[in-house]
Amino acid sequence: MRHILPIIAVIAAIVALWYGAAIWMNAQWTLQQAERSETSLTLAQVVAGSFGQERPRLPMPDQVVAELWETTIEKKVTSKRSLVFHAGITLGSTLSGFLLGAVAGTLLAVGIVHSEVMDKSVMPWAVASQMIPILAIAPMIIVVLNSVGVQGVLPKAVISAYLSFFPVVVGMVKGLRSPDLMQLDLLKTYSASNAQSLWKLRFPASLPYLFASLKIAIAASLVGAIVAELPTGAVRGLGARMLTGSYYGQTIQIWSALLMAAMVAALLVGLVGVLQRISLARMGMAQ
Amino acid sequence: MEAHQALDTPSIVPSVIHVTDVSLTFQTNDGPVHALKDINLTVAKGDFVSFIGPSGCGKTTLLRAIAGLEQPTAGKLSVNGMDPDAARKARAYGYVFQAAGLYPWRTIAGNVKLPLEIMGYSREDQRDRVRDVLQLVDLQDFSEKFPWQLSGGMQQRASIARALAFDADILLMDEPFGALDEIVRDHLNEQLLNLWDRTGKTVGFVTHSIPEAVFLSTKIVVMSPRPGRISDVIDSPLPRERPLDIRDTPEFIDVARRVRDGLRAGSASVEG
Repeated sequence: MRHILPIIAVIAAIVALWYGAAIWMNAQWTLQQAERSETSLTLAQVVAGSFGQERPRLPMPDQVVAELWETTIEKKVTSKRSLVFHAGITLGSTLSGFLLGAVAGTLLAVGIVHSEVMDKSVMPWAVASQMIPILAIAPMIIVVLNSVGVQGVLPKAVISAYLSFFPVVVGMVKGLRSPDLMQLDLLKTYSASNAQSLWKLRFPASLPYLFASLKIAIAASLVGAIVAELPTGAVRGLGARMLTGSYYGQTIQIWSALLMAAMVAALLVGLVGVLQRISLARMGMAQ
Repeated sequence: MEAHQALDTPSIVPSVIHVTDVSLTFQTNDGPVHALKDINLTVAKGDFVSFIGPSGCGKTTLLRAIAGLEQPTAGKLSVNGMDPDAARKARAYGYVFQAAGLYPWRTIAGNVKLPLEIMGYSREDQRDRVRDVLQLVDLQDFSEKFPWQLSGGMQQRASIARALAFDADILLMDEPFGALDEIVRDHLNEQLLNLWDRTGKTVGFVTHSIPEAVFLSTKIVVMSPRPGRISDVIDSPLPRERPLDIRDTPEFIDVARRVRDGLRAGSASVEG
């Protein structure tokens, strides 16, 4: 109970701030309309006019919630107007990209830890790859892959992987190097092979780092999947929803897609967190 | 008394560790550091050898060189008649570090099993050995506990069990009880002596505690720093059977005094 009160207070503050901002921003449209019809309005009328606009500058929270309700609960999930349908499309490429990125990141980290050449040659490129704005490289990846006949989920997954492999590389390199000298000396006294040190010591020791990285990576994957839907003129997915929303000035649609994306991200990060707690508890490393 | 006689006539007992004119120099940014200089030492089978000296005298380095974890820059080292690398591959020794270094993600039994897994023992053999060796250090009731559930002394006992799990006949210990309090240390010293007596292993034991060295050892190697060298080797006249109160006997006090003199002589020659 002690935690619930502050949480409610914060949410209430955000909603109040949102309503305030929406009234202030949407009032201008109401005032313009009044100017055109040469009528004057009371403050109460201006405030009332800020609610329920069809294309508000900033939709009211209740409008977004109503839209979310309508497009998730009331629509059939197979409908192209269902947000669940679009979220599912984005989720598919997010997860496949995340898987690609996590595996690639882990493999690269293993290489970097075991080979000085890879450490010196791969790491700078990995860092450089993240310096390029994803918006710039996403269309290139899609065009290049399309020209070699790769279409569908994979190009989007590749862009997700492009964003998600990096935190995994950085976290896993740190994690695989986390065993101290004494631990490594101990394995040396057993004449353990590199593969044995990796499986018995380095990999288990790196798991807390891996999970921290995976949380960042899965959120980055979702961003990658949404960004990948923008330049392709995709008609399906949360990115496509946002794009069509902005074409037609459907701010309510954009905001509900945004909120949906945020909820999906929270869900995914939460899932990784649950996975983390279960596996670390089973390993006796509960935190 | 048999062991005592054997010590007096080393030719009968085969020696397991031979250190001949060993020097070891570390190259550092501040110039070379002579960690060991002209070390000569023979350790007989079944000996309990303590290496004692102030920090920087090279006692840990010597133990690590015997284990093949450091390479001497001059001289010759042999363990069981082999060079240290070959001896390590032949599983000649178990090594116990200053910290227990148990894997937090493995149970006590899992930790003890680690070397057996790496060395490819069969599953049944692993299980039997873990059980036996945990019994040896009196941890049989804690095999399914995780390390953080055990006290520091129990963790160190588990790490000793881990070093004993495979059939190494040499046990190398680098200040294994250094981080523990006096009472726990006394208790573990007694247990270690008991274990040594029952298993007949050869033990190399690094310490900076005079009472610990005298209480445990059949042979005490006193070392002095800069460069690290041996200033005295004392064959202990104490019997193999050693209750804790042996520390109040005149013989014990005599040996302790000789060790202290050796330590003082070593540091005096550095200052002079």
